[in-house]
Amino acid sequence: MQDLMELKNVTKIYSQGLMSQESTVALNNFSLKMNEEKPTIMTVAGESGSGKTTLAMLLLGFIKPTEGQIFYKGKDIHNLKGQEKLTFRREVQAVFQDPFAVFNPFYTVDHLLTVPIKKFKLAKSKIETQDKINEALTAVGLHPQDILGRFPHQLSGGQRQRINIARALLLRPKILIADEPVSMVDASLRANILETLSSLQKDYGVSIVYITHDLTTAYHIAKSIVVLYRGTVMEAGGVDEVIIKPQHPYTQLLIDSIPWPDINRRWGKTDIKVEDMEIGEFKAGCKFYSRCPRSMDICKDLPPFYQIEPKQAASCFLFDQNLQIAPENMTDLLPH
Amino acid sequence: MEPALKINNLQVSYYTDAGRARALDGVNLTLNPGEKLGLVGESGSGKSTMALAMMRMIKPPGRIEGGEVIIGDVNLTTLSEEDMLKARLSRIAYIPQGAMNSLNPVTRIGAQMVDAIKAHDTGMSKKEIIEKSMESLESVDLKREVFKMYPHELSGGMKQRVCIAIGILLEPQVIVADEPTSALDVITQRQVMETIDKVQDKLGAAIILIGHDMGLMAQFVDRVAVMYTGRLMEVSSVKDMFTRPKHPYAVDLIHSLPNLENKGVFKGIPGVAPALLRLPSGCSFHPRCSQAIEICQKDTPPYQEIEDNRFAACHLFQEKA
Repeated sequence: MQDLMELKNVTKIYSQGLMSQESTVALNNFSLKMNEEKPTIMTVAGESGSGKTTLAMLLLGFIKPTEGQIFYKGKDIHNLKGQEKLTFRREVQAVFQDPFAVFNPFYTVDHLLTVPIKKFKLAKSKIETQDKINEALTAVGLHPQDILGRFPHQLSGGQRQRINIARALLLRPKILIADEPVSMVDASLRANILETLSSLQKDYGVSIVYITHDLTTAYHIAKSIVVLYRGTVMEAGGVDEVIIKPQHPYTQLLIDSIPWPDINRRWGKTDIKVEDMEIGEFKAGCKFYSRCPRSMDICKDLPPFYQIEPKQAASCFLFDQNLQIAPENMTDLLPH
Repeated sequence: MEPALKINNLQVSYYTDAGRARALDGVNLTLNPGEKLGLVGESGSGKSTMALAMMRMIKPPGRIEGGEVIIGDVNLTTLSEEDMLKARLSRIAYIPQGAMNSLNPVTRIGAQMVDAIKAHDTGMSKKEIIEKSMESLESVDLKREVFKMYPHELSGGMKQRVCIAIGILLEPQVIVADEPTSALDVITQRQVMETIDKVQDKLGAAIILIGHDMGLMAQFVDRVAVMYTGRLMEVSSVKDMFTRPKHPYAVDLIHSLPNLENKGVFKGIPGVAPALLRLPSGCSFHPRCSQAIEICQKDTPPYQEIEDNRFAACHLFQEKA
């Protein structure tokens, strides 16, 4: 069966300067499949510099991969033309981190919501436009009469972020890329936005790629998780497997550092190896080598994926007695 | 024990064209030496205003309109401008939000530290000042070489630790940290918080940690103060706050938190925080409160001790006899 979206061995390298050889591997041999029949919420987690946002940009077609290909409904997204390109643009939508930066302060919210309807010719009349806007706003838990006609500065961060989701929803997307959608929203409103995203998947069948560094929210909303570190997938699997029983030393450190809002669950049982300024970049080897408490000589080579549990795989030589799997088959393990 | 910090009835207002916004409305707080207090609240609740007011750094159109901030035996609110300059950093240090971006990009770290000491006539020789700065860097787990480096040569976590090192140079009694780790990932965040913990232990200073990350509060502080529309709603020990919160707002806030046990349950607080210019009458939380009674619409509840070492402003609770 054809996948809705597929990333096949995608690598993105940013080169600096015209002559210099310096380059940064932002994403290394990343593969991903998304199925139209089974909409899911997948988390891509990682700290700053892990390649999360590069992945979002690639999925949206804003940048081209250095190696590998990205397919949407079986076609390379950078070769799409005319109607197909429009369809791709409409069906793959995004919600970004900063709910303050994406609004034009000179226009009322109505403008933000009517432009996409006009651009994609989704409505035949003004009344139909209005109906669509009302429906989308209601779907994200807002009252249209409180929102319409207002300027962005008259709305709270949580309201704005939900308007962004409503805007994406207007276009009946198949995939929503949510890049840190709640990191700038107050704790009391976070739950509302996560709930909105969650119901989008359930009620409207939208697949969501939830990009975040916050594993507490990831655990609550997502079915599966991919942990990135410096552009490489460290561990992937079902969210219950990975967060409750992390296997890769990096994931273990990451999970142990989550400040759970629970006084009976203390953080920091594992020590953090203080990172020196001059890290020897083992270009070929495991990216976590220099900070790993369990590093071995063999880690100077790139570890392949080993399947540890039915729904869990890690890229680490500690598990070399397990079955090895190809990176492009990694997402087959993930639960839907 | 002599408290490290006493705040009495602190009031701050901002005067705008649309009217007067009371950003802090009669805040009372006492902190012991070595104590860690977490100040939480939604954006616009007055957390950062409180930090700025303690530092006397409120800028017009804002004004401190009343109350006292007492550190040791000195009332900061009555100091002259010049004495206040001296008191900053030596009595009370402030680590602002995104502190790492406050480092001067074209000056070496060392020069910025030396500057800070020189601004307070400490009577130290040049050699002593440099030695003091390097010791301070070491106490936050940075190498002495960082003294000679520029900010762009350091990672975000390292820059944040430099800011802590500058904050503790003159061994203040009170440290106010406003979301010191909001831009860092969890591992670096833990590292920075462990650093703060360590230097605080050494100095015996009191810390006020401002933020909205309840997880961080649960892991780090001894007491939690919940703020809403410029007023303290509840101040309790971290254990009481997380296991049996009292004030309805605190209850809602605690219940909205994600946990390992309640997967997939999302419980936000209905409604939005009111604008400071148009506060509801009586208790400012009553329109969103699930337990509001008639009196809540008329009278502002007094902030009082409801149990030992537990304060709340809510009509549901009587003052401890």
